[in-house]
Amino acid sequence: MVGLNLSAVSDDDDDTGPDDHPVLSAAAVAAASRSTLRPPSLQTLLEDMPDSATVPHTSSSGGDSEGKSKSADKSSRSRKLKHDVIEAVNELIQDIDTCHEQITEQAVEHIHHNEVILTLGSSRTVLQFLCAAREKKRSFRVFVAEGAPRYQGHLLAKELVARGLQTTLITDLAVFAMISQVNMVIVGAHAVMANGGVIAPVGLNMVALAAKRHAVPFVVLAGSHNLCPLYPHNPEVLLNELRSPKELLDFGEFSDCMDFRSGLGSPLLHVVNPSFDYVPPKLVSLFITDTGGHNPSYMYRLIADYYSADDLVLQRKAVPSN
Amino acid sequence: MEPRRNLRTVIDPKVRKVGFFAPPDRSQSVLPDPISAAVSAVQVSSSSPSGNMLSPVMIPPPRHHSDTLIPSQPSTRPVLHPVVPSSYTAASEFSPTAASSYTNGSRFPVDVDDGSFSPGRLAKGNSVKVLASSVPTVSLVIKPSNMEAADIPGVELQNDQHGDANLPKEKLSKAERRVLQESQRAAKTAARVISAEASKGSAGTSGAAPAKASKSVSKRSDNVSVAASEKKSGDRPVEKERKKDIPQPRMQYDDTSRVEKAKRRAVVKQTEARNRVELFRHLPQYEHGSQLPDLEAKIFQLEPMHPAVYKVGLQYLSGDISGGNARCIAMLQAFQEIIKDYSTPPEKTLSRDLTAKISSYVSFFTECRPLSVSMGNAIRFLKNRIAKLPLTMPESEAKTTLQSDIDQFINEKIVVADKVIVSHSVTKIKDGDILLTYGTSSVVEMILQHAYELGKQYRVVVVDSRPKLEGQLLLRRLVAKGITCTYIHINAISYIMHEVTRVFLGASAVLSNGTVYSQVGTACVTMVAHAFQVPVLVCCEAYKFHERVHLDSICSNELGDPDAIANIPCGKELSFPDRGAKSENLQFLNLIYDVMPSDYISTIITDYGMVPPTSVPVIVREYRREHIWI
Repeated sequence: MVGLNLSAVSDDDDDTGPDDHPVLSAAAVAAASRSTLRPPSLQTLLEDMPDSATVPHTSSSGGDSEGKSKSADKSSRSRKLKHDVIEAVNELIQDIDTCHEQITEQAVEHIHHNEVILTLGSSRTVLQFLCAAREKKRSFRVFVAEGAPRYQGHLLAKELVARGLQTTLITDLAVFAMISQVNMVIVGAHAVMANGGVIAPVGLNMVALAAKRHAVPFVVLAGSHNLCPLYPHNPEVLLNELRSPKELLDFGEFSDCMDFRSGLGSPLLHVVNPSFDYVPPKLVSLFITDTGGHNPSYMYRLIADYYSADDLVLQRKAVPSN
Repeated sequence: MEPRRNLRTVIDPKVRKVGFFAPPDRSQSVLPDPISAAVSAVQVSSSSPSGNMLSPVMIPPPRHHSDTLIPSQPSTRPVLHPVVPSSYTAASEFSPTAASSYTNGSRFPVDVDDGSFSPGRLAKGNSVKVLASSVPTVSLVIKPSNMEAADIPGVELQNDQHGDANLPKEKLSKAERRVLQESQRAAKTAARVISAEASKGSAGTSGAAPAKASKSVSKRSDNVSVAASEKKSGDRPVEKERKKDIPQPRMQYDDTSRVEKAKRRAVVKQTEARNRVELFRHLPQYEHGSQLPDLEAKIFQLEPMHPAVYKVGLQYLSGDISGGNARCIAMLQAFQEIIKDYSTPPEKTLSRDLTAKISSYVSFFTECRPLSVSMGNAIRFLKNRIAKLPLTMPESEAKTTLQSDIDQFINEKIVVADKVIVSHSVTKIKDGDILLTYGTSSVVEMILQHAYELGKQYRVVVVDSRPKLEGQLLLRRLVAKGITCTYIHINAISYIMHEVTRVFLGASAVLSNGTVYSQVGTACVTMVAHAFQVPVLVCCEAYKFHERVHLDSICSNELGDPDAIANIPCGKELSFPDRGAKSENLQFLNLIYDVMPSDYISTIITDYGMVPPTSVPVIVREYRREHIWI
């Protein structure tokens, strides 16, 4: 899942060779025109490659292998390609580092005096968001849900207290009880899907449902690097990561239970410890990204800025016979 | 008989009737005598150093009113109150029985509070403690039949009394005071409960102070009223026959004067927690570390405390006994011990004295841990029973009757009820089901085990939560039995809910507006279940139903130990170093209970059958009614 976030690197860019050239050229042109303000996608870069009939699509970075097998005149092109790719990657890294600032600039618009904010777990973006509001001399209170089983909420609470914010630490269970007193829920996201859904730390779906019930705005802070062009089909299973059960149950305590077997030979005790939760777009009120605030229904447009349409579908082009 | 002397004599115990009582049986000494009893009791108490104090009595329904007018006429001093002879019949009753005394309505704060939620516990405790200072002997006054009539509205009574020339001056003045108090009470719309109106009979204390205290306590008294106790004070009872009881607002903990009073009488020393959450200022929060050792150290000092009660109190405080049914049963069994060892002091009635003792024990329990609804209802039942004991019954027989009554309560309301619930619920489980349960509920566990014994093939998802991690115990028991289980933390509930077919939950109480008051986290579970269209079944015995209504979890709750949140299970380095070093900016909130809105619940399974949440007030009404006649 991590790998999906980086748009610049795509294995199959090499495959968009001459075979697909005529078909994709229109789309490629359109994509190129859309992305004129951004560094060119690999798609567009590689389209300018000469008929790479001998495209060796084995290596991930398209330039290297090509450069090796091509003659010297291609090497300059490959060098340029390398340069462009490295530039794009650097820009991406910079994006990730600086997205916080642009997001936190918007904090003061959303957080006002004597508001009560609820958050779950810990996110650096959320921390900086809240601190930015604090620096603007807004006084507000924060309820932090601890975010079991990783208990990151404790870290966040400590940080907030160190910066002088009135913080109350609650268990995740008390979220429904307290949410009627809360003005806004602000959370960070692990990833934002193409439909506006959010892959978030586990437990946030519960919070989002409670917020919806009590008509509390649910605000998600996401950097543009969090955008993912995929549409979530069965996200709880496919886009999830199951962690070790030891965080829930100590093996030593339960080893006697583990020995039981049902008639089918499968163990009687399963422990499930997912690390992510899917929040559907209808529960999210607002996305705050480094390009401003957006509706969940708008997020798919942003994806076009960062992903070329060609990169979205990973195709394997048939290897042309030499 | 002169009023004065009558005032001094002990009053017959009267049973305060709540709401719908069977009309006409005058001979049953079950009719409450509302204001008249109260008035006369008050007069008695204020005049006599023995401190008989009347509680304000609820006005029974009007039909009794008219009924009682006539019979009471001849028996009492009609001069006092020609219109409402029953009022003075109360006074006249005082003479015959030397030993009886009214328990004060303020006792009812104790009773009532029993039925109310935790914040109310303090009120109860408070009121009890206030009374305790005057050595309250709570006795239920059983009114002789002719007195029962008492449907007199307090105002009428008072007016009548006013006009009565035969009243001695003191009585009038007391009556006037009473009138004032009644009108104030009326203004507050309090509901009184219950089984017995008690005038505060105090063994040793007395006088105006206890009277005042009891009055003020009764003012504050919190009532879960069983359906029909009407507010006295000026309400025309005629049209208010079916008037619903409005539970009195509980004592709010941020009322410092009351808190101070409560503290002075506390047995368990509670130190208030620092750094409390503002929103929950109305709930008591104490430092948890010092209570248990403190109480243990006092074991030789608590002379009046029965060892069985002490033991159970300690178990509550340390958390050894938890869960509505378990706590209730433990308490009732302790009470059985008390009754067994009890002997009536001379010149006292068993009913009054025993009720007073029980109230003091209840206040002790409250200090250990706020009462649960199940305990409150059981206490109310017990006091009702004590009040109904005929005066002529010999002591040993009375004791055995009470003990068997308690046994019957436990059997009927808990054991058999659970069996009924289980039999209803297993019909809802079919093969291939995946059931989800949260926390530990004795009923749900029984359901799962029974269904397994019936051979149904199903899986269970056990949802657990911090800080108690009670699910692990349930998990162990289920796996030991051979049921396939999945164990998750509550955060993962969205992940697992799409494969769950049914959700079974237990409850600590079910409120009158259909909301379920249960362990914290159940609201989240039902919310997610609702979002995934999974039916939620709440299993709860009917004795846990309650007339109160709640909109959210904040108006009434119990605050647990904040340190339990700060301490993360071992293996993490994230724990806070030292609470003392925390800045005042950081607070921990550890709620114990949660309120689940009724629209998330599909059905509530009780021993009365499977009902939708909207039928709960109906059961409360009927159940309370039946309760009266137990």
